[in-house]
Amino acid sequence: MIPVNHVIVLSLVIFAIGIIGALSRRNVFIVLMSIELMLNAVNLALVGFSSQLANLTGQILALFVITVAAGEAAVGLAIVVAVYRNRHSVNVDNMNIMKW
Amino acid sequence: MTTVLPVPNLAAIGPEILVTVLACGLLLVDLFIPKDRKRAVGILALAGTVVTALFTMRYWNYSATTFSGMFVVDNFAVIFKEVFLFATAITILISLRYLEIEKVSLGEYYALMLFCTLGMMVMVSAADLVVIYIGLETMALSVYVLSGFMRFNVKSSEAALKYFLVGVFISGILLYGIALTYGVVGSTNLNAIAETIKLKGLKDNPVLMIAMFLLAAGFGLEIAMAPFHFWAPDVYEGSPTPVTAFISVAPKAAAFAALIRVFVVGIGLMAPHWQVLLWVIAALTMTIGNVTAALQSNVKRMLAYSSIAHAGYMLLGILAANTTGLAGVAFYFFAYAFMNMGAFGVIILLRREGIVGDEVDDFKGLAHTNPMAALLMVVFLLSLTGIPPTAGFIGKFLLFSAAIKAGFYWLVVIAVLNSVVSLFYYFRIAQAMYMGEAPDSSIPRPQGAPSLTVAIAIVGILTLFFGIYPHHLVELAKASVTTFIPFL
Repeated sequence: MIPVNHVIVLSLVIFAIGIIGALSRRNVFIVLMSIELMLNAVNLALVGFSSQLANLTGQILALFVITVAAGEAAVGLAIVVAVYRNRHSVNVDNMNIMKW
Repeated sequence: MTTVLPVPNLAAIGPEILVTVLACGLLLVDLFIPKDRKRAVGILALAGTVVTALFTMRYWNYSATTFSGMFVVDNFAVIFKEVFLFATAITILISLRYLEIEKVSLGEYYALMLFCTLGMMVMVSAADLVVIYIGLETMALSVYVLSGFMRFNVKSSEAALKYFLVGVFISGILLYGIALTYGVVGSTNLNAIAETIKLKGLKDNPVLMIAMFLLAAGFGLEIAMAPFHFWAPDVYEGSPTPVTAFISVAPKAAAFAALIRVFVVGIGLMAPHWQVLLWVIAALTMTIGNVTAALQSNVKRMLAYSSIAHAGYMLLGILAANTTGLAGVAFYFFAYAFMNMGAFGVIILLRREGIVGDEVDDFKGLAHTNPMAALLMVVFLLSLTGIPPTAGFIGKFLLFSAAIKAGFYWLVVIAVLNSVVSLFYYFRIAQAMYMGEAPDSSIPRPQGAPSLTVAIAIVGILTLFFGIYPHHLVELAKASVTTFIPFL
């Protein structure tokens, strides 16, 4: 069996990649994918803890997270479509009509 | 082997069931209503909300725990549900005409608003991190769509995108906090978390400390506390004004209630740690909010920064962690719902064909063109500043006195100084209304639709009423926090 520490370290690394991606990339789609990466890192941690604690709550929460992530993706893509129709760009640097 | 599933107490989730049925029903009814009469959907939603609010009142002193300890109905949950339902009802009233002016009068708007209310109601009743997360997401996903509801408007869609990106990013961080808590404690139930921390002496556990930071960040986003307030001004400015009024009150109240439950009940033993954290955050939030608000010329943006500042004041209540403080937060949300929705209502009143009316200059001469609206706006501004005889004063008084009782003298000094700064920018609006030159008579005079006038009048009267006779509401607020007494 894989020790839980290994799972948590992997999850932390993926989470960090997700955060860095979400903060540094400029294309909305890549930002969205980075955020998905963060959520999946959370799932990994939850499942790892769940198997270590022999307690099912973590796995159930992971299922909820997957469901919510699907909803988030649907709403997010709809918003991106609305933005694209208005300004023909999906670059977050161009989202600067309102500032300061 | 047969497993017996525990039967949940469905009576305990009566209000939630009612709101769900109402929202789904509205989506169906919407199909049969012609495009130019969508106002009917709004009126139906309003009636449903009022019925639900009256129904929820019956749950006062009900107190039940169901769904295997995940869902709790206590007075604290009931009082916050009333705040949400009140905010929803007022928002529907101020939306009816506004949506027609913006040409987005669609039935989905009201359904989304009720789904958002449902999410918040679940959130305040949650006694488990999983349920808090589900409630938070139900609320947030509806609010993202609502903030981009004027989808042909560049500002509105930009606001929705910004809100969405920041929101899902922070919800990922919140989730990691939940995962870490679960990993250390082995449960997501708040009472079980408190129990385990006590038994195993985990109150200085470094991983739990990290989890505490992550959870604070997750709730801090909806509360708009520094340093997670950057989304607020843009989203408030870009969203349709009734939605701005809504998100400045209701989701903030829901996040505060969840924060209180998690911090006071769940990790209450870690209070020395989170008090340091919240002390710094409260001071930062108040100061950043007020100082930046003073620099704004757009009233919606100014009220956005002011709402950040008010979140800072309300943090004093959690920080003090005594009965007065928590009751103060509950009372303040009522007062805040009255005064803030009123102020946004007056901005909506200024919206007419061709004029947006959200700059300070648009308020010039309002005292001549619509004296009643100007007078009520002054009441709301007085209340936001915290000057008697308004509900805002009583709220601030409760919060500040609770903080003094708990010994946070310096923070109260900072808060009082901040209130003085806020006087400056709130009264720039009053000055524009009473001393500014009225625009030439060719521009149509601001005249509110009947629903809007009723809404502003109701919140205006309530602001004054609870400023003069606060006793009853204060007692209710104090009775609502008795759940937390064993944890204080």
